[in-house]
Amino acid sequence: MVYLKAILSLAGLGAVFGIMLGLAARKFAVESDPRVEKITGVLPGANCGGCGYPGCSGLASAIVTGSAPVDACPVGGQVVADRVSEIMGVQPAPARERQVAKVMCGGGEDKATSRFAYIGIRDCGAAGLVSGGPKACTFGCLGFGTCVKACPFGAMEMGADGLPVIDEAKCTGCGKCIEACPRGIIALVPVSARTQVLCRSHARGAEVRKVCKVGCIGCGICVKTCPNSAIVLEDNLARIIPDKCDNCGKCVEKCPTRCIVMTSQRDLHTVVTGGVGAGKGLSTGTEGPGGCCVAK
Amino acid sequence: MRDLLVIFFAGVLLNNFILSRFLGICPFIGVSKRIETATGMGMAVIFVMAVASVITWAVQYYILVPLHLGYLQTIAFILVIAALVQLVEMVILKVSPTLYQALGIYLPLITTNCAVLGVAIINIRENYDIIQTAVNGIAGAAGFTLAIVLFAGIRERLDFAPIPEALKGFPLALITAGLMSIAFLGFTGFKLAALFGL
Repeated sequence: MVYLKAILSLAGLGAVFGIMLGLAARKFAVESDPRVEKITGVLPGANCGGCGYPGCSGLASAIVTGSAPVDACPVGGQVVADRVSEIMGVQPAPARERQVAKVMCGGGEDKATSRFAYIGIRDCGAAGLVSGGPKACTFGCLGFGTCVKACPFGAMEMGADGLPVIDEAKCTGCGKCIEACPRGIIALVPVSARTQVLCRSHARGAEVRKVCKVGCIGCGICVKTCPNSAIVLEDNLARIIPDKCDNCGKCVEKCPTRCIVMTSQRDLHTVVTGGVGAGKGLSTGTEGPGGCCVAK
Repeated sequence: MRDLLVIFFAGVLLNNFILSRFLGICPFIGVSKRIETATGMGMAVIFVMAVASVITWAVQYYILVPLHLGYLQTIAFILVIAALVQLVEMVILKVSPTLYQALGIYLPLITTNCAVLGVAIINIRENYDIIQTAVNGIAGAAGFTLAIVLFAGIRERLDFAPIPEALKGFPLALITAGLMSIAFLGFTGFKLAALFGL
């Protein structure tokens, strides 16, 4: 009896407030654009923030009000852009090349030296605070997988050599890993740009040689080799200009430290083209065209 | 009339919900970056607290006490507050979508703002009648608004001050809040009753 009274009175209160709110909802109804709902439905719904808006519904309302382009979702790519432009009733946006994240460091555990054994929080930011991190190279990947944890699409995993491996099929180019990496090693590159300098070290050549077998020593041989002048040397580090590079592979052959590689579709570290790199660092542990991209 | 004035000024200054009772800190820190949003939040809280005080008072004395259900006080009050916040949300979305955007997550968070539940329970504990309850509710919310708007004003100025890197953002906000709290505790020395000739 006691319980019945309690239940009934609370249920009664709830019902009264419910009806009141229902009436208020009708009275204060806000006309919302039905396209917002539709576009939110089309977007991936991961709320990754890659577009710069707080969540997918934020982007949807921005698209409807015209403050964001129909292809503003970097994750959805062309498919989503087409469907959004259909809803908005505008011409589909011209195809943009898909961007994927790449880890610009080849210095795995077998190639880069450590200064000390780090025992602590398994996080790159935390490790980096301990006198610059355990890696002897202060530019290199710390290898604690902070980027892997940040990836909302499960496109990253740690390879056996302590470097993150990116599954380009799953990578949507949202940029979360780039934000997460305290070293700034990860970059977004067009998916067709296969030739990459896997080093971010601005140290002088002699210092690089001491700490890493596959670091860029800034010798400039690649710059001289490249027939398209697509490589420049900036502050002891070779940089490839993607617009000029036609992936001919000549620099890959000539690079004395093998820090320039031709990457396969599956992942950056399934290295290619023979030489020192081949056979080592093939640590994705999955199927995929390991070592398939032979230079022309 | 005089004791209503005492309740009001005590609620705003002496027993300020944020700075003396330390309730409702979450929106105090969260929505106090700009004076406009702080004012909007304050208005929403004034409405919710005033109406919630009266309704919870009625619920307490017309439903819970006659039915001997005093132990349901907390859950019944939360029901009232949650429904009111929903109502406020609808009204703000209709009246000012900009304010709705600016308040963001903190608007639904009034539901879990302990200051609102706090004022409802304090009204019952102090044995206020319905008029005193309404005054105390408005006073509590006015004190909340006063604190949050003052704080927003300070924080807007802090944006342009040369502040050491380590103190920027929340650390300095918390220190500022602590200093404001100390300042408000100074009102405790006031003899309000004497002030109003009681």
